Amino acid sequence: MFYIHCPYCAEQRSEEEFHCMGQAHIQRPENPEAASDREWGEYLFFRDNPRGLHQEMWVHAAGCRKFFNVARNTVSYEIFETYRMGEQTSVTAGTTAHGREGQVEQVHKVRRVRA
Amino acid sequence: MERYSVFGLIKHALSYHENWQKTWRSPTPKKEYDVIIIGGGGHGLATAYYLAKNYGVTNVAVIEKGWLGGGNTARNTTIVRSNYLWDESAALYEHSMKLWEGLSQDLNYNVMFSQRGVLNLGHTLQDMRDIQRRVNANRLNGIDGEVLDARQVAERVPIMDCSRNTRYPVLGASWQPRAGVARHDAVAWGYARSADRLGVDLIQQTEVTGLNIHNGKILGVHTSRGDINARTVGCVVAGNSGVVAGMAGIKLPIESHPLQAFVSEPLKPILDTVVMSNHVHGYISQTDKGDLVVGAGIDGYNGYGQRGSYPTIEHTMQAIIELFPIFSRVRMNRQWGGIVDTTPDACPILSATPVEGLFFNCGWGTGGFKATPGSGDVFAWTLANGRPHALAAPFSIDRFCTGSLIDEHGAAGVAH
Ligand SMILES: Cc1cc2nc3c(=O)[nH]c(=O)nc-3n(C[C@H](O)[C@H](O)[C@H](O)COP(=O)(O)OP(=O)(O)OC[C@H]3O[C@@H](n4cnc5c(N)ncnc54)[C@H](O)[C@@H]3O)c2cc1C
Ligand SMILES: [Zn+2]
Repeated sequence: MFYIHCPYCAEQRSEEEFHCMGQAHIQRPENPEAASDREWGEYLFFRDNPRGLHQEMWVHAAGCRKFFNVARNTVSYEIFETYRMGEQTSVTAGTTAHGREGQVEQVHKVRRVRA
Repeated sequence: MERYSVFGLIKHALSYHENWQKTWRSPTPKKEYDVIIIGGGGHGLATAYYLAKNYGVTNVAVIEKGWLGGGNTARNTTIVRSNYLWDESAALYEHSMKLWEGLSQDLNYNVMFSQRGVLNLGHTLQDMRDIQRRVNANRLNGIDGEVLDARQVAERVPIMDCSRNTRYPVLGASWQPRAGVARHDAVAWGYARSADRLGVDLIQQTEVTGLNIHNGKILGVHTSRGDINARTVGCVVAGNSGVVAGMAGIKLPIESHPLQAFVSEPLKPILDTVVMSNHVHGYISQTDKGDLVVGAGIDGYNGYGQRGSYPTIEHTMQAIIELFPIFSRVRMNRQWGGIVDTTPDACPILSATPVEGLFFNCGWGTGGFKATPGSGDVFAWTLANGRPHALAAPFSIDRFCTGSLIDEHGAAGVAH
């Protein structure tokens, strides 16, 4: 069980109140009609699936019902940061340099939310 | 290699079972093979076996980072059925079912395939309409199936609460009599032993760490024990498919999720079939040893930690207790998770890639154990011929760009 800090409610709440909505920061093609089948297929279906740092979108389904972003380690499940839509994360992957589980280097004032 | 038989058993009993041969060799990897298979789960081992047995390719290595069959093959709830909705998937899973029916004899290894039937329960009117549609589609495809009403379900499984007073009443079910369960470990070991006998090198404790690609062609793999060359490489690594695809710079339409299962303390025989419910999300059977095997739904987030989340345990147990109040006092012995490779249409990917000679067999997600023999056979054909087997062709990765998805989600596919 982990606890997630909702950046809108500004509260730490249990995992059960949230739903994960998959990879964050996916850009819809500017001009869908002009996109090739490959580009459109990639937009719809192809996803990052890293072993390590992952940026994903969650929704506070049983709370404020707002969408927000989470930077999380997919092996240890540690949450490094939660941040609002439209913002960028301050967490970057030090990835393989720190071993194969894709550990994460924290840059500045990361809000730590632990399992 | 010595054949297993009742006479062998008696002979070895006389020498106190101290002289059994090793089941397979532990060879040092050669410099080069005709075909390398990455991943020594059931699918990888079956691929190697059929390559050698059916398609004459014996210079084959299976490279496994841990031990044979220690991935999802060892972690699944072993349900085998072929009652899928769409023609493409029905053909693939039914091909597998036919191979299951002769597998113990073919491998000279008891895989304990037990055709005790599978019930897929319906709890709403829409569930029942979907079940009717699916059973009709199955029968048109020559796959056995019946639609049962609540009374017939209650007759088959008297300990299940089929009354109308439950939160999600059982309205009926689909019933596939030829479906059932098999012994997961035995499947991996049986394929491994037979592949080894035909000359396949099974290389354990060796991780593939990179792919050697030159001018768009695969030349071999980098491993934790040095480089090994091959012009054809088949990648069969389930939950780690995205990681290996990344080594070739390829992105897949796959997300890896934890999926968990539980076993109880052993009980006297009480459940002689398999019961699954997509609606309340739980499924259950009883092993020959007596343990109840219970499976859950996937965790909602991507994950590689081989454990499952607590809310899912609670949710699954609620579903099982609601269906089987008689099990409310049963204690669970063990709980574990595997990493399943889910695709957007709940169907596998059996495909060539932009890299010549590199093929992927993945995306089996929550339900690939049942497909082990069929997947191995069609993937072996694909590797031997360098182009997709007719049954594999619809499962090409291109379908995510052409739009011809094979959507098994609604029909049967969420669970197993
Ligand atoms: C809890 C649970 C319940 C399930 N229940 C059912 C069910 O009832 N019925 C059903 O049909 N299916 C079920 N499944 C799904 C089924 O288990 C899988 O689809 C199937 O076993 C996949 O087999 P595989 O051989 O492809 O993968 P695996 O058995 O996972 O084998 C892949 C292998 O690749 C190896 N590997 C990974 N990366 C590397 C690398 N870089 N180098 C070398 N080796 C590597 C791994 O160590 C692993 O041994 C279930 C799965 C789970 C987790
Ligand atoms: Zn909130």
